[in-house]
Amino acid sequence: MTVSEQSVVAEKRHDFADLASRPVLRRKRPGQLIAMVVVGLFAVMGGYVIVTNPGFGWPTVAKYLFDIRILNGLLTTIELTVIAMILGFVIGLVIAVMRMSDNSLLRGVAGAYIWFFRGTPLLVQMLFWGFAAVLFPTIGIGIPGGPMLVEWNTNDVLPLFVAGILGLGLNEGAYMAEIVRAGLMGVPAGQSEASHAMGFSRMETLRHVVIPQAMKIILPPVGNETISMLKTTSLVIVIGVGDLLYNTQQIYARNLQQIPLLIVASLWYILLTTILSLIQARIEKRYSRGNVLQARKA
Amino acid sequence: MSEVQFLNVHKDFSGMEVLKGINFTVEAGQVACLIGPSGSGKSTLLRCVNHLETTSSGTILVGGRMIGYEVHGDRLIEAHQKDINKRRSRIGMVFQSFNLFGHMTALENVMMGPVKLLKVPKAQAEAEARELLAKVGLADRTGHYPAQLSGGQQQRVAIARALSMKPELMLFDEPTSALDPELVGEVLDVMKALARDGMTMIVVTHEMGFAREVADVVAFMDGGVIVEAGDPNEIITRPQHERTKAFLSKVL
Repeated sequence: MTVSEQSVVAEKRHDFADLASRPVLRRKRPGQLIAMVVVGLFAVMGGYVIVTNPGFGWPTVAKYLFDIRILNGLLTTIELTVIAMILGFVIGLVIAVMRMSDNSLLRGVAGAYIWFFRGTPLLVQMLFWGFAAVLFPTIGIGIPGGPMLVEWNTNDVLPLFVAGILGLGLNEGAYMAEIVRAGLMGVPAGQSEASHAMGFSRMETLRHVVIPQAMKIILPPVGNETISMLKTTSLVIVIGVGDLLYNTQQIYARNLQQIPLLIVASLWYILLTTILSLIQARIEKRYSRGNVLQARKA
Repeated sequence: MSEVQFLNVHKDFSGMEVLKGINFTVEAGQVACLIGPSGSGKSTLLRCVNHLETTSSGTILVGGRMIGYEVHGDRLIEAHQKDINKRRSRIGMVFQSFNLFGHMTALENVMMGPVKLLKVPKAQAEAEARELLAKVGLADRTGHYPAQLSGGQQQRVAIARALSMKPELMLFDEPTSALDPELVGEVLDVMKALARDGMTMIVVTHEMGFAREVADVVAFMDGGVIVEAGDPNEIITRPQHERTKAFLSKVL
């Protein structure tokens, strides 16, 4: 073997012992840089338009952002969201448990409920509740076809706010039922079996064993539903409930500053959804009890 | 402790007969092992004892009383769910897949029955639960969640949970089948200690060593019937029936 042949062999053979003692280099990824430039360009263009186009009316936005009518509407929107979600969750839980019942009648009723409320547009349901007084001028308790025992004027006991809550909550219940059902079915059957073997009734098993563990599965979609509900509440404008969007409309109907006022409403919506997302993350963390990673961290 | 009597127990699973007339007695304080190939009906028979499975006909008596059924004229009728739950609460059950409640620590798992069902004050239940966990060798794991415990540790917590209800009878459904081989011993040791304390136990198992050492009576099941039953040494070392011989030659 000549000297030159020897050096070729040495070049090809790596000294792995020496390589192993040094840190690994990071390979350059030019695609990332290109993406950064493209995104940066779009951001600058977008920012330029937003700042220079007078149509956005930023001074008007600032003027109305904390307007008392806007804040009142905001409060109504929050109230609608909270109450409709609570109603929806309770209905969803009941319907889900009914759907998984041994009793075929209860299963049928639950199925019909979901079928009806998912099968018609929420907007139409909302209008129905708004016009409930047309369908039932009075409501009360009595014998079908016979005399009424108690009776009220529908418009007195069903103010528009309540009609809005019912429209949103009953509809939400149908979707929530499916979410809860998926959660209940996600808990292994062995958990219920162990509970039954200990002597717990079906209801006790649901309460102490199944629901606490189903929560981990149920909560992420419920968070999504809540965020979705916050925005869906704006549908109540069709029956004239004074929520954030309705009050915004009322203002721009007079001053014709549509775009700035819609920006005001959007800013509030996006602030609230951001807060809700943060709350969702916290609650999920709490319900992941028994999850190995979380428990180790704690 | 209670004796368990199986009187002509039959069970249909949608047309298929999985138990074909089981007659068998486990005396109070005895340990009975049910052995046999999978699909032979031994787990089903065990689950009939606390009415996790219904029977088609026949009777199972625990401490001389039926469970899951009551006499209605000249027939049997399924008992009220409340009565079934009450009977179940005095029969401990240990499952192949442990089935510890995943959202509760070991301690909470063991406290839960006494607190919620027997209305034992929390402090007292906790003290008893700690004692039970110490008895199964897990005094230092009380605050761990099931997911943080090994299979053998989970199964020992499950045994402590069953014992927390002060059972008159313990049912074990293949308690070591889901365990890594080196963890089997720790669970069997706990069961042996329990047997020494005089607990009535029915154990579905593939652990022939355990059956021979601990059981007072072994029943070999195949095809929904008890092929032969009796003294463990007799059955395991000198089986009389061909089916028993064939099975034992495979597992021993």
